[in-house]
Amino acid sequence: MYEAIIGLEVHVELKTRSKIFCASTTEFGGEPNTHVCPVCLGLPGVLPVVNKEVVDYAIRVALALNCDIARFCKFDRKNYYYPDLPKNYQISQYDLPLAKNGYLEIETANGSKRVGITRIHMEEDAGKLVHQGNITTTPYSLVDYNRTGVPLLEIVSEPDLRSPEEARAYLEKLRTIIQYTGVSDCKMEEGSLRCDANVSVRPVGSDALGTKTEIKNMNSFRALYRALAYEIDRQIAVLAEGGRVVQETRAWDEDRGVTVSMRSKEEAHDYRYFPDPDLVPLVIDEAWIERVRATLPELPDARRKRYIEDFGLSRYDATVLTSSKELGDYFEACIAAYPHPKTVANWVMGELARLLNAHNMDITASPVTPDQLASLLRLIDDGTISGKIAKTVFEDMFATRKDPATIVREKGLVQITDVDALSAVVDEVINANPKSVQDYKAGKEKALGFLVGQVMKATRGKANPALVNKLLKERLD
Amino acid sequence: MITRADVEYVALLARLELNEEEKELYTRQLGKILEYASILQQLDTSEVPPTAHVLPLQNVFREDRVGEDLPVEEVLANAPDREGNYFKVPRII
Amino acid sequence: MQLCDLPAHELAKLLRNRKVSAEEICRSVLQRIDEVEKKTKAFITVDGEKALEQARRVDKKLKNGANLPPLAGMPVAIKDNICTKGLRTTCASKILANFVPPYNATVVEKLAAAEAVIIGKTNMDEFAMGSSTENSGFFPTRNPWDYSRVPGGSSGGSAAAVAAGESIYALGSDTGGSIRQPAAFCGVVGMKPTYGAVSRYGLVAFASSLDQIGPLTKDVTDCALVLNVIAGHDPRDSTSVPGERPDYTQFLKEDIRGLRIGIPREYLAEGLDSGVREVLEKACAVLKEAGAEVAETSLPHSAYALPTYYLIAPAEASSNLARYDGVRYGYRAEDVKDVLDMFKKTRSRGFGAEVKRRIMLGTYALSAGYYDAYYLKALQVRTLIKRDFDTAFTKFDVLLSPTSPTPAFLLGEKIDDPLKMYLSDIFTLAINLAGLPAVSVPGGFVDGLPVGVQFIGKPFAEGTLLHVAYAFEKRTEYTSRRPGLGR
Repeated sequence: MYEAIIGLEVHVELKTRSKIFCASTTEFGGEPNTHVCPVCLGLPGVLPVVNKEVVDYAIRVALALNCDIARFCKFDRKNYYYPDLPKNYQISQYDLPLAKNGYLEIETANGSKRVGITRIHMEEDAGKLVHQGNITTTPYSLVDYNRTGVPLLEIVSEPDLRSPEEARAYLEKLRTIIQYTGVSDCKMEEGSLRCDANVSVRPVGSDALGTKTEIKNMNSFRALYRALAYEIDRQIAVLAEGGRVVQETRAWDEDRGVTVSMRSKEEAHDYRYFPDPDLVPLVIDEAWIERVRATLPELPDARRKRYIEDFGLSRYDATVLTSSKELGDYFEACIAAYPHPKTVANWVMGELARLLNAHNMDITASPVTPDQLASLLRLIDDGTISGKIAKTVFEDMFATRKDPATIVREKGLVQITDVDALSAVVDEVINANPKSVQDYKAGKEKALGFLVGQVMKATRGKANPALVNKLLKERLD
Repeated sequence: MITRADVEYVALLARLELNEEEKELYTRQLGKILEYASILQQLDTSEVPPTAHVLPLQNVFREDRVGEDLPVEEVLANAPDREGNYFKVPRII
Repeated sequence: MQLCDLPAHELAKLLRNRKVSAEEICRSVLQRIDEVEKKTKAFITVDGEKALEQARRVDKKLKNGANLPPLAGMPVAIKDNICTKGLRTTCASKILANFVPPYNATVVEKLAAAEAVIIGKTNMDEFAMGSSTENSGFFPTRNPWDYSRVPGGSSGGSAAAVAAGESIYALGSDTGGSIRQPAAFCGVVGMKPTYGAVSRYGLVAFASSLDQIGPLTKDVTDCALVLNVIAGHDPRDSTSVPGERPDYTQFLKEDIRGLRIGIPREYLAEGLDSGVREVLEKACAVLKEAGAEVAETSLPHSAYALPTYYLIAPAEASSNLARYDGVRYGYRAEDVKDVLDMFKKTRSRGFGAEVKRRIMLGTYALSAGYYDAYYLKALQVRTLIKRDFDTAFTKFDVLLSPTSPTPAFLLGEKIDDPLKMYLSDIFTLAINLAGLPAVSVPGGFVDGLPVGVQFIGKPFAEGTLLHVAYAFEKRTEYTSRRPGLGR
């Protein structure tokens, strides 16, 4: 029996307005080479200057991930050649990174698990290469430097993850926490969240670490899961046959569902790190850290705890509602207007989520505002509409953005609670369904439900079901 | 001190292509220079901090403000090869 | 003497008094270039038309009664490793032979604001690596005092141009002596400011922790005037020191009574040319007579400066020069099979031998397994060297030494032995390692060749240096001498 040892190396693009070392915009997209300046282009004679916001953002993330923040850190040059790297070195941090020794907690099948974070450091992004087809078959490549110099945080986890599930959970939690800090959109599909993995296997019970491989090119959570699952199996198979795992970099091939060796014969990875002489050291004092700490919002775990303790929500519900800051904000805005957390939770996680998913929308794009949802719920409470009608009203609200009261009025959906009016219908239904009446009197409870249904049908769903029930029972009992 | 193999390794790291003559020459010249530099080993620097910067400067920053970009034609004006507004390079592998 | 032989401050007077126009000054310089450039070959690029246009603009402003800065209308030559927008900047390398920067170095913007007239870009050792300008990728420059000799390097073109009247003043760069040594060889004044005093933005980097831009001028007064223009904090250079810079002309005084001048005994050791030794001794006498206190001092780690420099500078250079790969600008090899091939062939053909040698040395010094023993060790010895100066400056205001151990040597004399070439910088290197300011002033002549003396100051003591240099200049007449130029 083998166990897997997984560590993740995540790169997060920070959404500052300007790049880490120059004033070019970090805006995504744009025509090629229109978001560059002499500095990020690496022209002869240029010099970098640190964007203070990047350091602030980095400290924010470090705090949110419970790290020790270095009092003194610096930037180093990582020297290697690649066409997407204008200076043929990347300004990064080597031996004195911004932060170390952090952690986050994930939910596993066996409860909560703490995953260590080894280090966090700042660095600059490289440009983009465009090939015709495949990188190995294309006759030439095109380079766009818009992305060079966009600020990145590199977050390295301890090899504490033991399965693809845990790895996925870690990445999701990391993404949520970082989104809460507001420093990045963390969208894998846009490249603002990137993930590489280090994987090895070893016999259960062994202390020694097996040879690890680095897995790259996983562009979604699903790819991460599948790639890890594949690689673990592959390594186990190699060992089972008596072979040895080769230490190498492997790329995940999404189409074929396999990892492929990226071993290149000529590449020598001697990065020759040395302190960047064009930049001066950073000294981060307590006052600076506290200033940043004050800007942190309530983080996911704390918020979840509050939802469980103060609102009485289940752990599952609380986890879902806090999985994105915007969702939690929406939820709390609803409660502010309508202080019944469990009801609100049901609607947000039920009807609202269903419609958002169906239209591929995020909560931030919800056509129904928290106030509008609150109004709807109040209309149910005061009996204006039934719960069932409310659902159709809600769909209308989602489609038209109109207030519930407006829709109820325009469509004449006000619930019928007038005893006389309903009595008339009830009597009609009783007269029209003698067999059901007999069945009910004979003891079949279900028959009552049928009769209620008939009244609802006759009133096009607008009758107050509880009242209908009451009136029927009065006549039949 | 410096061997030919060292020279070839270093040349690859530096993306330089040396002919036979140059390999010979550099093996000799670099070797001499490095012997000269090993003089530094005579000094006891165990208690001496390295001077990476002569200045006592720290925390030099700029504000997070967007400035002017270079017009794309100027970006590509010195490009040895281009396609549209991209820089063009031969195949990577 | 022609107009082009006069220092800027005298020309400025003539200009203000309408005795002469900026255009005439410019024409005088351009004419001198016509006469002697084929011998000196100080320039890589001369843009006469543009220069005259700039000069005429200044004349127009003067005519309209504008109050112009002190160096307005003065022709300046700029070392070809300082970026000039729209004007070819090659670093004397084939790899940048056709590079036209889309931006100006900060010092160039300051010159423009000072209404300078840019004559052209001067020759240099390729990427500033050398001590004779023989490493230029195009052609060597010759010393105007003796065309069979080198002008020094790496700012040889700038020094020669000023000495020959092919410019009124020039900008150079100094990493290990590259302003001071050619200034000494060509009989002009050359100053390397304190590290951080002048912006490096737009200076093509050689060794980032050592490079500084500085003036090469005909006399000390001009040096102060140029420093006033180019010195200052630059937010685009993180290593540029904040704070106001003084008006350097206030230090041009002759009274140096009580000034304490120290001469490091290690600099007077063997190997010093006897003629140079004599020049230094005479200089000491002049200074003593002026009332300064001159005494011996010591910089015990002097012998370690050269190996320290030759590990730090190439290491930083190997990284700074990695960007020259043919992708975005400069020369690109065409007959290649893939990008790796392109990198190798481009760099191997585009760089000269000395540049390749230093890249190899620097790459080696930083590579795995050697970083601690070479680069890191050098950074530690650097601390010791700096401490030597700090100690000396507790007892002295200024240090004095020869700028170079010999006068200008013959073309070809040292080019085949890199180590021999490196030794011509032994008096200047330590100053860059310590980040201190220093100025070379004409100190005398040996067999008709200029010899420079170097004053070294505490950080940001450019004022003190100008003071003692001015006092020395006024008591000697070396800065008023001009080469015959074989005319």
